[in-house]
Amino acid sequence: MSLDRAARERLVRALADAMIAHAEELTSLDQAIGDGDHGINMKRGFEAVRATLPGLADKSLPEMLKAIGMTLVMKVGGASGPLVGTFFMEFGKALPEAPVRADLVAATDKAIHAVMARGRSEAGQKTLLDVLVPVQAVFAAGADGRAIAAEAAQAAERTTPMLAIRGRASFLGERSIGHMDPGSRSASLLIGAAVAALEFEVAS
Amino acid sequence: MNTSNSGNVGIVIVSHSPKIAEGAADMVRQMVGNAVPLAWTGGDIDGGLGTNVAGILEAIETAWSPAGVAILVDLGGAETNSEMAVEMLPEDRRARVVVCNAPVVEGAVIAATESSGGSSLAAVKHSAEEFYA
Repeated sequence: MSLDRAARERLVRALADAMIAHAEELTSLDQAIGDGDHGINMKRGFEAVRATLPGLADKSLPEMLKAIGMTLVMKVGGASGPLVGTFFMEFGKALPEAPVRADLVAATDKAIHAVMARGRSEAGQKTLLDVLVPVQAVFAAGADGRAIAAEAAQAAERTTPMLAIRGRASFLGERSIGHMDPGSRSASLLIGAAVAALEFEVAS
Repeated sequence: MNTSNSGNVGIVIVSHSPKIAEGAADMVRQMVGNAVPLAWTGGDIDGGLGTNVAGILEAIETAWSPAGVAILVDLGGAETNSEMAVEMLPEDRRARVVVCNAPVVEGAVIAATESSGGSSLAAVKHSAEEFYA
């Protein structure tokens, strides 16, 4: 996959637009089972990322992803900053300059394991990993962009009946059941936005 | 933020609420005076409830001691952001900063008391974590 400068800028704007447009929705999901700051935090982080354009898109794809991650770590606040920021930083670190699909699969796998280590968590605990892990599985199995975005949305929906075991929602115990996990929702929105922005121009 | 030039283990207090962090630091000072380097941080970068990596890095710098720094945190994001901050430290400092698994107020007071007697970083962490173990 070769993402030219215009495609890299399109990707960044799509990610930021998704978080900014859905800030209220994410906040209201987080008010149900968390501390109610997820929407505003992600919006703050991605506004900061967008503010580093146009220079951000001048970087190579790996360097750009690392820079996005660092901005999110420093600006988001809340646990989602280090978690989502770690994903982007490790994704960038693991990618060659001109990745083919196998490189992307390997790099996202590394990035997801870094998120697991950062949050000392795994899939099944009602966190963003409940989107990242199943999406990674369909991606590795050869899914196209449409199927990846669909899996992301469905995986976020599947967190609704789950019991929270990590994060602020775990304090609620069984009362966390019946609400979609806000971190899963934001992860699915970011994946959907990335797929749409790139039209999944990944060579196999 | 306040500090001293002591060679004892430094204490950093990280809370989502700047008021809690500052209040816990006041309680530590009342207990140990200026015998330990001490710093606190709280709030997100816009001043709302939350924690931020830059603030934590600055607090570690303020409370830095060659004997190391023990960080006391409140809820999950404070811990995750503190661990991220530790990883971003220069390599020679990284191994000398620990995040304690202890209640923030009680842990800070106990850790500072232990530190004020000249204890090692490991002993300071152990005392703080022992409290509710």
